[in-house]
Amino acid sequence: MTELPLIGGAPVAVEPQLSGAKIGVVTFPGTLDDRDAARAVRLAGGTAVALWHGDTELGDVDAVVIPGGFSYGDYLRAGAISRFAPLMSKIIDAANSDAKLPVLGICNGFQILTESHLLPGSMIKNDHLKFLCRDQVLRVENNTTLWTSDYEAGQEITVPLKNQDGQYIADEKTLDALEAEGRVAFRYVGFNPNGSRRDIAGITNAAGNVVGLMPHPEHAVEPGFGPETNAGTDGLGFFTSVLNKIVGGAQ
Amino acid sequence: MPRIVVDVMPKPEILDPQGKAIVGALPRLGFTSFSAVRQGKRFELTVDGEVTDAILAQAREAAETLLSNPVIEDVVNVEVVEA
Repeated sequence: MTELPLIGGAPVAVEPQLSGAKIGVVTFPGTLDDRDAARAVRLAGGTAVALWHGDTELGDVDAVVIPGGFSYGDYLRAGAISRFAPLMSKIIDAANSDAKLPVLGICNGFQILTESHLLPGSMIKNDHLKFLCRDQVLRVENNTTLWTSDYEAGQEITVPLKNQDGQYIADEKTLDALEAEGRVAFRYVGFNPNGSRRDIAGITNAAGNVVGLMPHPEHAVEPGFGPETNAGTDGLGFFTSVLNKIVGGAQ
Repeated sequence: MPRIVVDVMPKPEILDPQGKAIVGALPRLGFTSFSAVRQGKRFELTVDGEVTDAILAQAREAAETLLSNPVIEDVVNVEVVEA
């Protein structure tokens, strides 16, 4: 399916060969951003596949996005109940397998990945206790992951941030290890919006196939609808990165 | 019906933003004797029938795997309460 731009011209020159790459987007009860994530996949040139949390098979997807929202109403802890959904056990196995399924968790998706122990640490309530929505500058600290390779190392990007439980925490030993291993993928620049330790906005696993972050790249993929910086399309690189890796790896 | 009560608290070393907000509100109501508040969670698991050791062990496992996140929380109490 070709995505029609909402306004103006197509945001990017889409590589036709990318459309063969299938990226699954998981919907849980209470997910909000699955449609935007699927649209971001299509705008980047890939094919989005809708996945349901109750599914017991992943199908033949090449990568998975766990989008934002308030799955299960954030009951118990954000992401805690979703982590035990039938599809999540398949995703966890595939991410840890030799095939190293690429998995991106955005916002509530990041919370689900930490609850799943695919990524270390956890998120607690913002230090100022309020829900906050703003355009946020991030620095790409690691551009060697499957989801960040289309960015320059140290590149600053602006994408929306919107959450209440966004304060990333981990013990000092874990934080030191993340820093030493280059696994801090994104850091907040200029303003720490939630009290996250060491300004951490997103992290990667050691293999670089599982990445999670609190801000929302899928809301910054189309001119006129994202932040005003850089045409508002700074988030597109997440999706083109993984699509290029999938297609490149298949050749 | 007997119930198994599970109490979960944020880890001591983790700042509890909700507790901090509550301790800030107490003096406004004239409660000036409390210097800190930490907010936790209490779960009540109802058991149909007798609480055996195996059921209590299941409750402890559920407390560690689902009811709490060991990165940020401690299970501080698991006890049986007869109705």
